Amino acid sequence: MRPSTFKVKARPRRRALYWKKTLTHLALLTIGAVAIIPFLWTLSTSLKTNRAAVAYPPQWIPHPCRWKNYLDLFNTHEYHFLLWTRNSLFLAALVVTGATLSSAIVAYGFAKIRFRGRGILFAVLLATMMIPFPVLMVSLFIIFRWLGDHTGMAWLGTFKPLWVPAWFGVAFNIFLLRQFFLTIPDELSEAARIDGCSEFGIFTRVILPLSKPALSVVALFSFLGVWNDFIGPLVYLQRADQFTLALGLQSFQSQLGGTSWNMLMAASVLVMLPVLVLFFLAQRTFIEGIATTGIKG
Amino acid sequence: MVHTKIETRNFLKGMAFLSPWLIGLTVFLAIPIGLSLYLSFCNYPLLQPPLFIGLRNYSHMIHDPVFWTALENTLAYAAMALPAGMIIALGAALLLNSKVRGLSLYRTLVFLPSLLPAVASAMVWLWLFNAKLGLLNFALRKLGVTHPPAWLSSPRWAMPALVLMSFWGIGNTVVIYLAGLQNVPRELYEAADIDGAGGWRKIRHVTLPCISPVIFFNLVMAIIGTLQNFTAPFIMTGGGPVRATYFYTMYLYDSAFKYLRMGYASAMAWVQFLLILALTALAFWSARHWVHYQGG
Repeated sequence: MRPSTFKVKARPRRRALYWKKTLTHLALLTIGAVAIIPFLWTLSTSLKTNRAAVAYPPQWIPHPCRWKNYLDLFNTHEYHFLLWTRNSLFLAALVVTGATLSSAIVAYGFAKIRFRGRGILFAVLLATMMIPFPVLMVSLFIIFRWLGDHTGMAWLGTFKPLWVPAWFGVAFNIFLLRQFFLTIPDELSEAARIDGCSEFGIFTRVILPLSKPALSVVALFSFLGVWNDFIGPLVYLQRADQFTLALGLQSFQSQLGGTSWNMLMAASVLVMLPVLVLFFLAQRTFIEGIATTGIKG
Repeated sequence: MVHTKIETRNFLKGMAFLSPWLIGLTVFLAIPIGLSLYLSFCNYPLLQPPLFIGLRNYSHMIHDPVFWTALENTLAYAAMALPAGMIIALGAALLLNSKVRGLSLYRTLVFLPSLLPAVASAMVWLWLFNAKLGLLNFALRKLGVTHPPAWLSSPRWAMPALVLMSFWGIGNTVVIYLAGLQNVPRELYEAADIDGAGGWRKIRHVTLPCISPVIFFNLVMAIIGTLQNFTAPFIMTGGGPVRATYFYTMYLYDSAFKYLRMGYASAMAWVQFLLILALTALAFWSARHWVHYQGG
């Protein structure tokens, strides 16, 4: 008797479950489509001739497919896409290295050394994460201008304002690494200390090798931050040949003034490309990084 | 004696490790904050030395119609983009938390736009919103809207367009929600099942209270983020048409770097900071009534 009663009860439930799954799928498909179509549309436009790009009704698949648009970007002399790419990569390398290394050193101090005032300083660190850049940009501009007059080398109109501060620890990175270092058992550092290892030696030889996942999250976020930054370069950089890709893209757009949508979209894809490549190489790191910072914050 | 010696040594060691940050904190944060407070009481056209004028920058702000327009625009944008964005992100996270096939693909699709450079996203949407040739109006015409809005070139629709666009970038909020949802103890749902709670009631009485700290975190981040919106309007509308999308940070930027009114811009920066602080404090105060922290 029991199996049949079980069946009678289970059937409507299974049907409800089936509908629920179908609706969920439909909703997810819609959301996914809304998320991806703008990007696909950009990609498609970037591969069209200028005439096909402004054709109406719009043409979905570019025909002919003009990969040459991308080459043309680098070949035009009025725009410095090659230089801008080089600038962005150079700046990113400096910022990622500095922001990761310096933040790790500071995070070690917060996580592994007990000293007076640590709690207060950590609270200060957290508070600084809440101060938005626009609030500081005017006075930072003036400070870099002053530094230019008093250190014997130019600061404004160079990359320095964009990378030097990164070498002095980034609050968000310090916080994230500190949380990670706390999970490493103190017995490991103690063992190294008994073996005669210095505090800095413990940091470089014990803690850092164990922290590769957290360090890569920090490096990734630092890269995203500097690659995507627009307002920083806008405030500090002056000459077109010093622009980063983000700033270069904006100046390209304002000079095109609503013509050559195909070229504008090609340039946009170019700026997005490194982010996309990195994302697909390190998807897990990205998602886990964002999730843990959100949860622990 | 030994005890204090160790304490001193640890203090010096701690300071040594913290020194990069302490220097950075002084040079790139404390000094700029102090400087901007001082300059906010000055007339400082950059090319001449600052001249102390007391509270005149602040009183000028009260009588400056552009300031009020920029502030109103920013608050209007926040009032539209923030609650809707929070709800859409939560809805997407709830969907992404169900067990269906292809979930990791959907998750990727939702997450990815939020990582893209704001400048590039602005270009993408500039093209999508194009009144004549844009994909959005093409779709609207297909759906039978004979005169779709001119979006970015319409004083009425430019702001809603920027709000719509902001939903494209909520992927990181979704991921944070998702992580919160995955931490909700399974036993609570089982207990709710036994009590005969349906899907909606489970969300209302189990899911939402459990993830309320995550909602709170996202709320605070959203307040800080939306109140400094700059890149998208700067590129897509330049603040227009007729200042319909002229945001606070844009006016701050223009005051400083276009009109070279460094003192006034510093005062504006302080007002913006206090505004963000006040709204965040409001969020913290309200949190006592709706945020539940689980023990442990």
